[in-house]
Amino acid sequence: MPETPQTEAPVLEAPAVEEPLVEESLVEEVSIDGMCGVY
Amino acid sequence: MTAVLPGRPVGGRLVDQFEYGLDAPICLTWELTYACNLACVHCLSSSGRRDPRELSTAEAERVIDELQRMQVFYVNVGGGEPTVRPDFWHLLDYAVGHDVGVKFSTNGIKLSKARAAQLARTDYVDVQISLDGATAEVNDRVRGAGSFATATRALENLAEAGMRDMKVSVVVTRENAGQLDAFKALTDSYGAQLRLTRLRPSGRGADVWGSLHPTQAQQRNLYQWLLAHGENVLTGDSFFHLSAFGEALPGLNLCGAGRVVCLIDPVGDVYACPFAIHENFLAGNVRHEGGFQKVWQESELFADLRSPQTGGACTKCAHFDACRGGCMAAKFFTGLPLDGPDPECVQGYGETALAARDGGRAAPKSSLDHSHTGPVRGQPTLLGLPAMPPAKICEESPLVGLDGCTT
Amino acid sequence: MAPPPETTAVVFDAALPWQRARAVALRPEPFGALVYSFATRKLSFLKSKQLVTVVQTLADHPSATAAIEASGVPETQRAAYVKALADLARSHMIEERTSVPPTTRELAAGPCAEAGNP
Repeated sequence: MPETPQTEAPVLEAPAVEEPLVEESLVEEVSIDGMCGVY
Repeated sequence: MTAVLPGRPVGGRLVDQFEYGLDAPICLTWELTYACNLACVHCLSSSGRRDPRELSTAEAERVIDELQRMQVFYVNVGGGEPTVRPDFWHLLDYAVGHDVGVKFSTNGIKLSKARAAQLARTDYVDVQISLDGATAEVNDRVRGAGSFATATRALENLAEAGMRDMKVSVVVTRENAGQLDAFKALTDSYGAQLRLTRLRPSGRGADVWGSLHPTQAQQRNLYQWLLAHGENVLTGDSFFHLSAFGEALPGLNLCGAGRVVCLIDPVGDVYACPFAIHENFLAGNVRHEGGFQKVWQESELFADLRSPQTGGACTKCAHFDACRGGCMAAKFFTGLPLDGPDPECVQGYGETALAARDGGRAAPKSSLDHSHTGPVRGQPTLLGLPAMPPAKICEESPLVGLDGCTT
Repeated sequence: MAPPPETTAVVFDAALPWQRARAVALRPEPFGALVYSFATRKLSFLKSKQLVTVVQTLADHPSATAAIEASGVPETQRAAYVKALADLARSHMIEERTSVPPTTRELAAGPCAEAGNP
């Protein structure tokens, strides 16, 4: 698997759920359905 | 415990933590057996025949003990058809009794009224029924004669037993892509939840992918349908490559293989994900010293996958942030380089890449193939094989009665 | 932004006693913890070890405020911790404690992963 370092590209934020994501938030919410690679 | 590497960021986003590793997968898939009563044309695990080296009941219990120690929240159990293992119901109870939630994927063959009633009263167990057509006509071409009836009978039994929110998992294909509304209506009628998932060219899927994967137009339609109607529709984040169409779909929108998920196969091999059952994605085996935990936390393959991945040519595309180059398994099994476009790239770069493939070089194929070798009762007709009546609910072997069978 | 239908409006009062919700499992990680609700299938990522301590000790204190103070959170950061707990309350990861701290938890049929408990 190639491992050359890549330039820092802005990565997509997890989409907003109940609240817009706040930078300083100590909690981030994701759905368990939101992970690719399971049945 | 995974070592806290120098440089692990404090705070920030969850996805940034993945490259430094998690102590345990967030979800994982566990295929209990390669045996199956069906012979679906696109089976991602090329299942059918039991492997003689399958984990024993005791070995499976040890895996569950490990998952409990690692505090894995829940495990997706599948196969083959997991319920054809005689110890399936015992292992289900064992998992729940050891703090590991279970979602199991089934074609419904063993979900009698009694089993449905039992499941309806068991917490921490989710049932997922596989279905690939909103009608028997569409479904059975891919999954085999009688499979639609088996699945809907199971759904009826579950609904009658008071179970709600069981899942119906549909692989979106060229043949069923027009049935999205019908699927939603079907699942609503049973009080079930619809799950749409992507067809990958994995296992037997590689053989039919060319003719079965949705067209670009169908992909666009699916994307729009998900945005408009998909609020209660699960996708397992399997369509993150479609996010390049515009607004991102819900989910992490990236490949979880080896980072947040992995697969344990029936003989204890650990792969990066259930769509990547191939030696190149084999991280280790749970039977070896250190068990599953050691593989998850220390395997070279997973360390590789957790390091920043190069997007190669894709990084120059304006949509790379959204699609992250798509699905590793889809690229691998269509013979495309991993640092290039997904074969179903919505910008069309995948199609170009497929056309440019060296014609003489075959796409990689796993040496593992547990497909039935002879004719199977109720086998799918997509590939032009003759239809034969399906096996009854009590018959485990799809080969029952074939010798000298007259019906 | 309106809360999704499945969450009833929860007003977070830090002066009340709180506890981790019953259908919730918490797993410490190097960066903090992952928290999973079997009821909502939501996964939350707690970004600081101190927040993890606060959540784990909520049931031992007469109020959320007391739990935050007892975990040694500096005064300047307490508002952020109150907000974090409010987020967790809204997503039903923590719930109000309506009686004395329970010694045994009343679970729905079948055990739940109560990670972190001895």
